Amino acid sequence: MRLLEYQGKELFRQSGIKVPRSTLASSIEEAIKSGSEIGYPLIMKPQLRVGGRGKEGAILKCMTEADVANKFDDLLHTKIKGELPRGILLEQAIDIKEELYVSYFLNRSKRCYSIIASPEGGVEIESTKNKIVVDVPLKGISRETAYRIANELSYREVVKEPIANIILNLSKLVVEKEAELAEINPLVISTDESVIALDSKIIIDDNSLFRHPELIKYEYLSEQEFQARKNGFSFVELNGNIAIVGNGAGLVMSTLDMVSDEGGNAGAFLDFGGSATRDSIFQALKLIAGLSQIEVILINLFGGIVKTSLVAQAIFDGYKEGVISVPLFARISGSESDKAKEILREGRARMFDSVEDSIAAAIEAISPKEKKVHG
Amino acid sequence: MDNFDLMKILVGTSSESDYENKQVIIQGITGSFGSTHTRLMKGYGTNISAGVTPGKGGMSFDGIPVFDNMKDAVETTGSKITGIFVPAPSFLSAGKEALACGIKLIVAIPEHVPVRDTIELFELAKENNAKIIGPNTPGVIIPGTMKIGIMPGQPFTKGTTVVLSRSGTLMYEVSYNLSKAGYGQRLCFGIGGDPINGTNLIEALDMIRHYDDVDSIVVVGEIGGDAEEQFAEYVIKVGYNKPVIAYIAGRSAPKEKKMGHAGAIVYGNYGSAESKFSSLQKAHIPVAKSPAEVPTLLRREIRR
Repeated sequence: MRLLEYQGKELFRQSGIKVPRSTLASSIEEAIKSGSEIGYPLIMKPQLRVGGRGKEGAILKCMTEADVANKFDDLLHTKIKGELPRGILLEQAIDIKEELYVSYFLNRSKRCYSIIASPEGGVEIESTKNKIVVDVPLKGISRETAYRIANELSYREVVKEPIANIILNLSKLVVEKEAELAEINPLVISTDESVIALDSKIIIDDNSLFRHPELIKYEYLSEQEFQARKNGFSFVELNGNIAIVGNGAGLVMSTLDMVSDEGGNAGAFLDFGGSATRDSIFQALKLIAGLSQIEVILINLFGGIVKTSLVAQAIFDGYKEGVISVPLFARISGSESDKAKEILREGRARMFDSVEDSIAAAIEAISPKEKKVHG
Repeated sequence: MDNFDLMKILVGTSSESDYENKQVIIQGITGSFGSTHTRLMKGYGTNISAGVTPGKGGMSFDGIPVFDNMKDAVETTGSKITGIFVPAPSFLSAGKEALACGIKLIVAIPEHVPVRDTIELFELAKENNAKIIGPNTPGVIIPGTMKIGIMPGQPFTKGTTVVLSRSGTLMYEVSYNLSKAGYGQRLCFGIGGDPINGTNLIEALDMIRHYDDVDSIVVVGEIGGDAEEQFAEYVIKVGYNKPVIAYIAGRSAPKEKKMGHAGAIVYGNYGSAESKFSSLQKAHIPVAKSPAEVPTLLRREIRR
C-alpha cells in the first residue's frame, strides 16, 4: 500500500520527524480557510499514488488567496499520469538552504533493509553518484550508525544531531509500521537551520496489514479492488478493453504480454488464485462486468488439479444469469476439457486448446468494430 | 560457494536404503489446503512420514501420524524436510519451530507472508545451516520421483532440464511445453513470487550446477527486483556453459503496479523487463517471447 504524501507526513509527525505546517483540502472553501491558517506564500500539492508530479508542473506556489482561488479547482480536476488527485495538500512554504536525501528500503537482493542517503536531495537518487548505502539490521539502525550517516550528509555541527534523530525516527517508523520503503526527498535544512521532511513516500507491506489496524484508514480501494480483496483475487485495472483473467499472477502477466504483442490492449489483470472453483470464477466475471471499458473477456487457466468443467459451468451461469454480456474466449487446460467444451457449445463463450488461438479470437472480436469507426 | 546439496537432502544418494524415499513432514496437514495436497503428494510418491497440527496429536491422516508439535514429529521420524502449509500469519512460528528441531529444508508454500517474517526466518535458517524454498512458492518437484508442494503432476516428465521459476502456474506452463517437446525435467524449483526469497536464483543455480545429469536450465522470471540480472552476472562469473534459456513475464505491465505477486513491481528502471533482457543478453541467455517458444530456443541452444 502506497500512502499519499499527507498520510506519510502524518506518520512522520507521529514519529517525531518534523514536517511543514499543512492541511488537506478538497474544495476551494476548505483551501481558502486553510490558506489563512497556514499563511502566504504557500505550496499546493496534488495527492497522488504515482510519482513525478513536480516534473509535470503540478506543484504550485501561491502568493495570495486569489492565487489559490484561481488555481485550486484546475489542479484538483487535472489527471496526472492518468490519476486524479485525492485532495490537495496546502503547505507552508519553507526557505530552503540545503536539500538532502534519505530513504530506508527493503533491499531485495541483499535480503535486508538498507538506507540510502545523499547530500544531494530533490533529484532522482538513481542519477546521483554522491550517495551512501548502509545495510541495517531487521530491528532497526543503531544510534552510532545514524550519526555516522548524518556526518556524511553535512559537515555543519548544528544540523548533525537533528539529521541523526530523523534517521533514527525513520528507522523506528519502518520497523513499527512494517514499511517496505520510507523515503524523504528532499529532507531540507531551512534558512533557520531546522531539518524538515518536505515530502514523504511510504509503502507499507500489504501482507502485514493484518497486524496494523491503525493503517487501514489510509487504504483507498475502488469498488472492483474492494471486491477483489474480498474474494482473494489480485486485480489491477488497466486502460484497454480486454479483461485478462487466469489462475496465477505469472500466467496472467504472460497473457498480458502476448495480447500486447498481437496488438491488443488489456483493460484488466485478474488472478483468481491457485484453486479455482465455480464460485471464484463466477465472482471474477462479476467483478469484470463492473468495468465499463471491457469489450472482451479472455480467460487463461492452466489447470491440472482444477476441473475445467467447473469453470465452464461458471461461465455458462454467468451468461444465463445476465452477469456478463460481452464475448468471452477461454483457454482452459486441465481435466475434463471435453465436457467443458460441451457445456459451452452454445452461447457466446468459445474455448480453445492454445493460448495463442484464444488471444487471436479475442482480438478479432474487437477489431470489426474498430474498422467500422475508421471506415 | 554454498555446499548445500539439494538433491542429497531431497532424495539422497543411490547407496542409501531410503534413496528417493526421504521422509517429509507436513506442517498444517489437517487444514483444507494441507490435507488436499498431502494426498496428492503421497499419490505422486512423496514419503510423507508425519504431519503436524497443534491440538490434533495422536490422530492419523490418510495413514500418516499427526503430532501436536514439530519436536514430537521430528523425534519420532528423524525427518530433515518439512513442507509448511499453514496460513501466512502462522508461518513464522511454524518455521521457527521447524528450525529449532533441526530441520534442514523448509518448503514454504504460503502466500502473503509479511516480508519481515520472511527475513527473520531467513536469518535464523542461515544460523542453523538450513535452507528455505519460498515462501509463496508452488514448491519443488523431481518429476517421476517426488514433489513437495501444490503443483499438479501432469505437466512434468522425467528428464534432464532444470526449471527455476518465480511463478507457479508459469512453471507448470513452461514445463508442460518442455514435456510436449520431449524435454523432461530433472527438477522444477519454485523460487517464489515474493520480494524476498529464501533461496534466490543464484543459490538455486549453485545447488544444481555441478550435477552431471542436468544438461540445461530454464529460468522463468518476471518483472520486479533484480534477481534475473544477478543470475545473468553469476552465469558469466562462474562460466556456466550448459544451455540456459529464460522467459520473463510482465514486460507490458505498467510501472509501480503490483502485478499479483508481491514481488512483481517495477520502480523506474529497477525491476523492468528491459533491464533483465539486457543483463541476460550480456550472458548470452536467449529470452523466449512466450512460454511456447521456450522449447524451440532450448533446442537451438542444445544443437549449437
